[in-house]
Amino acid sequence: MSAPVRSAPETFDCRVAFAEQLIALAREDERIVAVCNDSVGSSNLVAFAKEFPDRLINVGIAEQDMVGVGAGLALSGYIPFVCGASPFLTGRALEQIKADVAYSQSPVVLCGMSPGMAYGELGPTHHSIEDLSWLRAIAGLGIVVPADPNETRAAVRWAAAAATPVFLRVARFKVPAVTGDRPFTFGAATTLRDGDDVTVAATGTMVSRALEAAAEAADLGVSVRVLNMSTIAPLDEEAIRSAMRETGAIVTAEEATTTGGLGAAVAAVVVTEPQPVPMRMLGVHREFAPTGSTAFLLEHFKLTAADIRAAAIALAR
Amino acid sequence: MLVADPRTAAAWRRLRQEIADAGPERRRELLRERANQSRTTDLRMIGRAGLGHVGGDLSVLDILTTLFFGVLRVDPEKPDWADRDRFVLSKGHTAGALYATLAACGFFATGELDTFAAPLSALNGHPNRVKVPGVETNTGPLGHGLPVSVGMAVAGRLAGSSRHVYVVLGDGELQEGSNWEAAMTAGHRRLANLTAVVDRNRLQQGARTEETNRLDPLDDKFRAFGWDVQVVDGHDHLALLDAFTAPRGERPTCVIANTVKGRGVSFMEDRVEWHHKVPTAAQLESAVAELAR
Repeated sequence: MSAPVRSAPETFDCRVAFAEQLIALAREDERIVAVCNDSVGSSNLVAFAKEFPDRLINVGIAEQDMVGVGAGLALSGYIPFVCGASPFLTGRALEQIKADVAYSQSPVVLCGMSPGMAYGELGPTHHSIEDLSWLRAIAGLGIVVPADPNETRAAVRWAAAAATPVFLRVARFKVPAVTGDRPFTFGAATTLRDGDDVTVAATGTMVSRALEAAAEAADLGVSVRVLNMSTIAPLDEEAIRSAMRETGAIVTAEEATTTGGLGAAVAAVVVTEPQPVPMRMLGVHREFAPTGSTAFLLEHFKLTAADIRAAAIALAR
Repeated sequence: MLVADPRTAAAWRRLRQEIADAGPERRRELLRERANQSRTTDLRMIGRAGLGHVGGDLSVLDILTTLFFGVLRVDPEKPDWADRDRFVLSKGHTAGALYATLAACGFFATGELDTFAAPLSALNGHPNRVKVPGVETNTGPLGHGLPVSVGMAVAGRLAGSSRHVYVVLGDGELQEGSNWEAAMTAGHRRLANLTAVVDRNRLQQGARTEETNRLDPLDDKFRAFGWDVQVVDGHDHLALLDAFTAPRGERPTCVIANTVKGRGVSFMEDRVEWHHKVPTAAQLESAVAELAR
């Protein structure tokens, strides 16, 4: 039995929506500045630099300095969007993120560009699959992973106004539009498709794949709820508890290591309830990726719609 | 968050005025007395708490006293005043020296010092801006203060403000590479509104800096990174005052303040073991008596 063929939807690089929204906000609010590490092009800040040359602080290839400078700007009343490739922003400057941003409560918007395995063949040095695990261990730091361009724009608007330390994971790997024109609510999961046999809680690039998986599962008679977990910290625990009660099983899907990201966060809720439910965690399991394109690696690590569908059906009651 | 002590703040204002109005010798004497009072306060805090970084506290206190009683445009009763000068203690392990100084200015009541390092105290072993007014950013891990200060200086320039950013760095701390990332940025951007003061006591936790990972020639290093450099005696209050307030050119300024770790207490001076050793009751009284002379 095979699922019916669906035409491929248009896909988008979320960095474009990010930059457009940032420029629009910067026109209205002169406190908005961008800080980057030579990543003017890869963070899609060329247009920002052209329009606001004084408000782009490019510190060069120096991530610790970049995050510290961002903190200094935030503590002086500016709203800094600190942009760098996610592996270097989070890995190289982790202590600055902890001490200068989160512990100091300096309202910096850390923008992890091209996260997950977006850099494909460039290899594990350039992959950022550890970021969610590292950052979820830091108190007081919000973690937001938009699923598509609309949600990226909404999250940028929220972050500019939120005055709180936050990490925004901005996808480079192209994704279809899945959130319509829904607003973004920090800390809230959104149900993109209801269902009662099993829940797929997905984040970022996995959300569109989860929806695809759910559509295919429906053709096979399995009703899958799809939760868009666009905030990883703080987690929408109530959405998870409802999924437990109402669907009886949860699959998590993330383009990240499962060591401490979405899967671990959901599991921490599930196992501490009186009636835990079965779970599967899709992601990378403490492995460095082999050589391959992003699309290849997502297949390699069983992060396709078909893989999500299979995991969901296996758990469905 | 602790709150200001208006009476101490008023006394601080009077003393600042007296120091400003005094002739050089009287000015030197007033700053020396004030610094030694803070040394005594700091030693008693460390004795009470049973922990602290006494050597670095004593080496940095003439720098802190000169800044807070002679230089910084701050108001202890308005710690959030937007155009205040910014002061960052990058060598956050000498929090005791900072707390003694901030309390002497009235940023919070001196009685709070009794809680240093006690359970749930606002006065943690390293400073926390969320709880202690006058602390601008949380420090402790080394190599953090200069990048944040560069951000503050960039902000001051963007805002068109005349405020100045002062950051005190430990010398051993300069082995952290993040400082040199920030030093490049400050030099490249010609941040003339930034002054970094190096507490050059030549000792780090376990040994002499020059035996561990050599820093000299430190002045040449900063010059090569695009800074103006002044080398002064870090216990000469008038030399510090001059260095901190000299007209600025178009570059950031680095004041290398040559200091003695454990300064003011003969049996602690330039002794590596006094990095974070706690004095006994007898040593404490001996130290306090020496400082009162």
